[in-house]
Amino acid sequence: MVSPETDKMRYDLQIIASWIDPGSSVLDLGCGIGVLLAWLTVNKNVHCTGIELDKDKVAQCIGKGLTVLQGDFNSEVDDYPDKSFDYIILSQTLQQVFEPARLLYSLARVGKKVIVSFPNFSHFSIRLQLLFYGLAPKSKQLPYSWYDTPNIRVITLNDFRKFARDVGYRIVKEVAINTHNHDYTGNIVRRLTNLRATYGIFIIEKENR
Amino acid sequence: MLKGTSQTDSEDLLVEKQYFTFAEPPEKMVLESGARLGPVTIAYETYGTLSPARDNAILVAHAFSGDSHVAGKYAGDHEGVKPGWWDSVVGPGKGLDTNKYFIICSNILGSCMGSTGPASINPASGNPYGLEFPMVTIGDMVNAQRKLMEHLGVDKLHSVVGGSVGGMQVLEWCVRYPEMVKSAIPLATTMRHSAMAIAFNEVARQAIMADPHWNKGNYYNTAAPHMGLAVARMVGHVTYLSDEAMRRKFGRRLQDKNDFGYDFGADFEVESYLRHQGSKFVQRFDANSLLYITKAADYYDLTLDSPGKTARDFSTTKAKFLVISYSSDWLYPTYQSKELVQALKRSGRDVSFCEIEADAGHDAFLLPDERLKNILRGFLDGVA
Repeated sequence: MVSPETDKMRYDLQIIASWIDPGSSVLDLGCGIGVLLAWLTVNKNVHCTGIELDKDKVAQCIGKGLTVLQGDFNSEVDDYPDKSFDYIILSQTLQQVFEPARLLYSLARVGKKVIVSFPNFSHFSIRLQLLFYGLAPKSKQLPYSWYDTPNIRVITLNDFRKFARDVGYRIVKEVAINTHNHDYTGNIVRRLTNLRATYGIFIIEKENR
Repeated sequence: MLKGTSQTDSEDLLVEKQYFTFAEPPEKMVLESGARLGPVTIAYETYGTLSPARDNAILVAHAFSGDSHVAGKYAGDHEGVKPGWWDSVVGPGKGLDTNKYFIICSNILGSCMGSTGPASINPASGNPYGLEFPMVTIGDMVNAQRKLMEHLGVDKLHSVVGGSVGGMQVLEWCVRYPEMVKSAIPLATTMRHSAMAIAFNEVARQAIMADPHWNKGNYYNTAAPHMGLAVARMVGHVTYLSDEAMRRKFGRRLQDKNDFGYDFGADFEVESYLRHQGSKFVQRFDANSLLYITKAADYYDLTLDSPGKTARDFSTTKAKFLVISYSSDWLYPTYQSKELVQALKRSGRDVSFCEIEADAGHDAFLLPDERLKNILRGFLDGVA
């Protein structure tokens, strides 16, 4: 039994969780201590697998009864047969991936649907910092300096839409959000999303040709 | 209801070594090599209580020089006698909780700790088998364990758990008896020996066979090849430790002296340690058993029945897997566990994997570790 402890879940994860069909199978990349996986297992009877690099976090996950593999998801995903999972989740990590196109290609092979969330680099506060101060912008979502940031990709909502279209993914669903209170609460942004949203969440799938 | 040792708190767990004999001639056990062996005796111990539904049994498979005494003490043990070899893991409230599970551990076929092996009496001659003992494989060891399960009335295993050569038995159980195994925990193990692992085993075997007392395995009525066996154990111990662990434990410190002896005595602590391990080992282990068991481990290849024969994989098992490796294990390094994980993923199995950070080398799986306890408990609770 997975312990039904209801750890506080980030707002973007709450939205992602609401999109997952009960009883489906999910692979969560960079699953941390398994907050989303535990929630999905307990509340939606989802068959969950996680991949996490940090050994202590993996140990915590397995200790909760979750199925989690320790390793680098960029290479770990390659071992799965085609369409092994109904959903693959890449939450707030795309901006740290070295080869995003290659990774998404693998994910679209292994999963039927891929859910991607990332901080929106074209939020107006970021634009204003660059415009007025001429410095590499920092935000609550991307708090690092240019020299120590793990976020090696700057992505905007428009960038991602264009990228998905160019490389042959269909955007099944998308939502733009603003988060507050250490990301635990938030609201959905409906207008001028590329300017006003702090995060974007997309479901993509490979286009059938 | 089968009752083994049941304890509610962490008082000393008292156990008793038991014996089960099968394959009485002419119904001898057919081995993978085609040879026939009988009668076969298996020494085993049980801990906890088998539930009325018979669904809480866990088999622990020991490593090459281990025995059935996985935890606790025997009633006749003197004060100060160490408990079983995995006492930190098996017991009330521990990683393998004897309050919840019925734990079984049996001595492997070919060993010398109560089960039939080369030191046992060959009924045909009335003398110990020696090299007349047929070659046994990991598959044969598992078949013998399967017989024991039948004898105990266990037809479903909540889990099969084991490290090192014990881990090979775990994997073999999943492939050979997929319908019986609900979960599997192979630790610090491999699907097949690397050239390096075979090489070290060969050095150990040659050390024994080069000892004049070995006498082609026929030494049971004369002096035993203690020197060869001790050297074999010393080589083994080097592979169980790690560079880090040896630096931490010994460094270049001298043993009970301030200067070199300028002779070939044991100057360094590490020399003295290995000599001690060697001479301790010959008191309890049979040289021929070491030859047979290391050969079985070298022969083992999960992916093949035998060289050139049927290819095998994890497609028949439905077991849930927990694979554990240790960062400083250079005998069965993490990459070999990852190959196992990869094979399991390709077969669509439910697999968790964790490399535990430890500097103790291959032996790390035997040492007390709070992380291991939590992982084991969580995983076993999650097995439906």
